Amino acid sequence: MDLNLLTIDAARSAIQERKTTATSLAEAFYSKIEKEDPRIGAYLTLSKDRALEQAARIDALAAKGEKLPPLAGVPVGIKDVMITRDVRTTAGSKILSNYIPPYDCTAVARMEAAGAVVLGKLNCDEFAMGSSNENSAWHPVHNPRDLTRVPGGSSGGSAAAVAADMAVATLGSDTGGSIREPASFCGVVGLMPTYGRVSRYGLIAFASSLDRIGPLTKTVKDAATVLRTIAGRDPMDSTSADVPVPDYVAELEKPVRGLKLGMATEYFGEGLDAEVRHSVEAAIQKLVKLECTIIPVSLPHTEYAIPTYYILATAEASSNLARFDGVRYGHRAQDAHTLSEMYRRTRDQGFGAEVKRRIMLGTYALSAGYYDAYYLKAQKVRTLLARDFEEAFEKVDAIVTPTSPTAAFKLGEKLDNPLSMYLADIYTVTADLAGIPGISVPCGETKEKLPIGLQILGKHFDEATILRVAYSYEQERGVKN
Amino acid sequence: MGALEAEERGHQPPHYAKMKITEKDVAYVADLASLELTQDERNVLLRDLNSILDYMDRLNQLDTTDVPPMAQVSDKYGVDQSKTGSARFAYSVREDIHEGLRKSLPHKVALQNAPDSDGTFFKVPKVIER
Repeated sequence: MDLNLLTIDAARSAIQERKTTATSLAEAFYSKIEKEDPRIGAYLTLSKDRALEQAARIDALAAKGEKLPPLAGVPVGIKDVMITRDVRTTAGSKILSNYIPPYDCTAVARMEAAGAVVLGKLNCDEFAMGSSNENSAWHPVHNPRDLTRVPGGSSGGSAAAVAADMAVATLGSDTGGSIREPASFCGVVGLMPTYGRVSRYGLIAFASSLDRIGPLTKTVKDAATVLRTIAGRDPMDSTSADVPVPDYVAELEKPVRGLKLGMATEYFGEGLDAEVRHSVEAAIQKLVKLECTIIPVSLPHTEYAIPTYYILATAEASSNLARFDGVRYGHRAQDAHTLSEMYRRTRDQGFGAEVKRRIMLGTYALSAGYYDAYYLKAQKVRTLLARDFEEAFEKVDAIVTPTSPTAAFKLGEKLDNPLSMYLADIYTVTADLAGIPGISVPCGETKEKLPIGLQILGKHFDEATILRVAYSYEQERGVKN
Repeated sequence: MGALEAEERGHQPPHYAKMKITEKDVAYVADLASLELTQDERNVLLRDLNSILDYMDRLNQLDTTDVPPMAQVSDKYGVDQSKTGSARFAYSVREDIHEGLRKSLPHKVALQNAPDSDGTFFKVPKVIER
């Protein structure tokens, strides 16, 4: 039994049946991290004490023969934008280089309550702003499938850790594609739940009307297991919805026969790499073989999604990041003589180039005289984008698209041109803006052996259907869950 | 992008026939955002913001006169549809608020990350400027 290759159920069962222990499992993963991570760079901080204490608790339960909770002993990693009590949390930024949070993010607390063992904190673009993980203030992440390429972003560490067997599952966050794009680039499963499905309490805010927490895993079933664990109303986040949480795992086995899947021409046009197109179309043919019906749908405002997203997300970010001022936590500039000078120098020293660019863009979009032209205009176009999906979902149960127009690009390739980097999110931002769920599931490789992702978008709070389509497709491809 | 690359790019002064944002705007917005920025950073931002805002302009191709703005997505699901306004979100009234404010973090814990404190308050440089 190779401990590093286990899925969630296999890991829990192996501990329950006393074939291994949670402690051995955690140690196997730490050895793997020690061996592999120097060339990948997925982890920023390891939480060994916390992990081994939790593993010992699980082993004590197993020794007593008690039935173990769903994530018992499962080694997981957490994107460094989710705060963890007493474990350094930086959000990939120098401004939080020494921040030790006093409480836990709800999603992390729920993972641990279900038995998960938190190995450490995962690298990401600074404040989750980026599509390649190159905006991390610490170091870039290298794609485990080709070390010269990016893992995607902003949850690059979360995707790379799963792809390199340095965690069974991880939590990431998605504001414009930050779970699904790296999942696609690294060849793992990435699920962005509906806005409001998972509490954002303890998620360091980037754009509050868009930010979501979700799992990255090796299999669709694991994604369903993690979502079942972290979903549901949390009194600490008033935007977490009071909507019942179905048993996502039980729902997986239902057949997909007769489901209507939409295919939008807007997602198969100019800019889509030929190999990605071929692979995604072949995946859709597999779904046809499973007796799903493909129905053409139109999402006519898609071309306006990127400008809409970058106005709204940067506006919200400029407001959210105002809290980093060197007073209560994080870095403080030492050479300032007045309070306002201290604020400015602290932020100048603490924030990286992309974060400053977005704060400036967002501040401009909200400033007097430009609010209507940019911010209000973008909010109106957001309505049009949401209506596109509402109309499409009157005809179909889910929509299938490529996750990203290309496979993983080279490190450094898009660094000089922020706009070309923003365009990497072209197929993912629409779901963020509309608030609907989406999943990326591996669907093949390019000639250069780079993974390609199939994206499945669903109706609000209908994660069960997209998980089911992804699971059936995965089974058809012959992936073991 | 590394700081060095930013500097290299900053040495090329931007030449735009019709720039949306001028150097003066960059200085004004930086001030609003509590950023100081080096001259090199300002040059790079001048170039980047103009190019990004040019791209944003494609939103003006759409007539949105009668379209309501969308600020958030959560007023549709799990809310009480029979009510209007904030009453729709009655579920989100927290129990701890009924009984008085939730217990705050202990004083010591709240101050543990402070760059400077006297044990009771956060300490900052003097607030009153000439």
